[in-house]
Amino acid sequence: MSVLVIAEHRRGDLRDVSYEAITAGRELADERGSDLHVAVIGGDVDAFAEELNCEGVDAIHAVDDGEEFDHNAYQTAAAALADRLDAGAVVTPNSVNGLDYAPALAEALGVTLVTDAVGIDYDDGLTVTREMYGSKVETTVDVAGDRFVLTVRGGEWPPVEGVGDATVEAADVDVPESGARVTGFEEVGGGDVDIADADVLVSVGRGIEEEENLELVEEFADALGATLSASRPIVDNGWLPKNRQVGQSGKVVTPDVYIAVGISGAVQHVAGMKGSDTIIAVNTDPNAPIFDIADYAIVGDLFDVVPELIDEFA
Amino acid sequence: MKVLVTVKEVAEADDDFSIEGTDIAESDLEYDLNEWDDYAVEAAVQLAESGVADEVVAVTVGPERAEETIRMALAKGADRAVRVWDDALDGSFPDVASKVDLFEAVVAEEEPDLILGGVQAADTGFGATGVALAERIDFEHAAVVNHLDVDADEGVAHVHRELEGGVEELTDVDLPAVLTVQTGLNEPRYASLRGIRQAQRKEIAAKELSDLGLTAADVESALTVRSMYEPESESDAEIIEGDAGESAGRLAEVLREKGVSA
Repeated sequence: MSVLVIAEHRRGDLRDVSYEAITAGRELADERGSDLHVAVIGGDVDAFAEELNCEGVDAIHAVDDGEEFDHNAYQTAAAALADRLDAGAVVTPNSVNGLDYAPALAEALGVTLVTDAVGIDYDDGLTVTREMYGSKVETTVDVAGDRFVLTVRGGEWPPVEGVGDATVEAADVDVPESGARVTGFEEVGGGDVDIADADVLVSVGRGIEEEENLELVEEFADALGATLSASRPIVDNGWLPKNRQVGQSGKVVTPDVYIAVGISGAVQHVAGMKGSDTIIAVNTDPNAPIFDIADYAIVGDLFDVVPELIDEFA
Repeated sequence: MKVLVTVKEVAEADDDFSIEGTDIAESDLEYDLNEWDDYAVEAAVQLAESGVADEVVAVTVGPERAEETIRMALAKGADRAVRVWDDALDGSFPDVASKVDLFEAVVAEEEPDLILGGVQAADTGFGATGVALAERIDFEHAAVVNHLDVDADEGVAHVHRELEGGVEELTDVDLPAVLTVQTGLNEPRYASLRGIRQAQRKEIAAKELSDLGLTAADVESALTVRSMYEPESESDAEIIEGDAGESAGRLAEVLREKGVSA
């Protein structure tokens, strides 16, 4: 039984998670003593196949169907290849598009699905490490049987490197007409400010509790000459526009100083700001994951600390 | 058009919690309607208010305790509810396929045209049930929807899917379909007092496996939680101690060292 990794691309570029998924797939293939196959579906498959020919990849299957992601094509092609290659393990990125076809793929193949893996171990059977309760705990989960679809979280495995000597072949797959048609893309978050350009960001999260309290962090940002940004809940509530959102679905920022005020540090948020030079966090919960990546930490109530900080810079 | 909205009562851990065996201690958990599902309920109720949906049925898998949560969905405007539970589900860590077994049976009874649910549950975070269900019942689907416009005459849902990096994918999805809903899709309402009163009189049909033509073997999970633990903190942060004034003073020093000032 082989391991099959499905690569991901968007608007002409392979996404980094593809290379990370290959690393996870290779780990699994080594532990299961099997070959590693990689499939690339749609887009410039020949160019993508060349880029994906990294160390440890045994074979690449190029399915020339459409330009962009289409869940119907991905599911059909992945199922056909899994069948042809006797791939007991299929690995995909745990991305927005991964979650748009991997569950249907597992269902169609009649195998177990485990999503959002942060670690894997294979010894007689698969054991997956995943988080639960909003990253407060980790669990190890045993998977019965030796056939499964696994989606792997971005940033948990290093991207595969080096040039490989994989065979590359075109794979013909008959993709039926889809009942979901992509008609275009839209960039969001334009507007007056580009938070990605800021040297200093004061970023506000759920801890601010009420819209009228935003004035406090606005005043703090002004006192520092900093730009105001936010985590997802603030934007979901409509308290700040989308162009202020830091995180996976918002902007990736790398300022000199990032001050997280009342932000717990969910993985989607951290993905958007972990590259900041200096990270400062103010939060009441000493176990908040934001403190794991902070350089300076104040465990305290922002409503006590921020007014004092404003006084310091007034 | 009939809309089925799937809701889950999720457990949230207190700031201070302890782990007993392979789960967080019951006394350290609080239960609430899953945040993502709140947006799905709102979307369904808005479809009813705009005349697109004739009926909104909320469905949940959960023990009797979950009635309080599903009654919130009724108070916000769902017409009635179905709650599925069985002793066979007690204490298990259900896999996606067993949840799909349950919803498939409910769908067979209700015959909805559109199914809405949250992208994921805040506690287990699988993010998979909706899309797997769509495959099982031969519906179309779209995951991570943050804009929704249903054209019932055309039989199409025009959606945006929220991709990573501030990009949205515009997609037309044929009905019947399952859509998983992202936070921020709308502004979930608070239940009104009148809504809460009305919800007391709305039906919550309790179903066991046998009522759905299923047996315990159908919902046997392929997943077992072997261990649960608090991840080791990787923090090497300087913890700034003291009261608010002292810690603000020290942090101001740090910021000035970094050249931060207006």
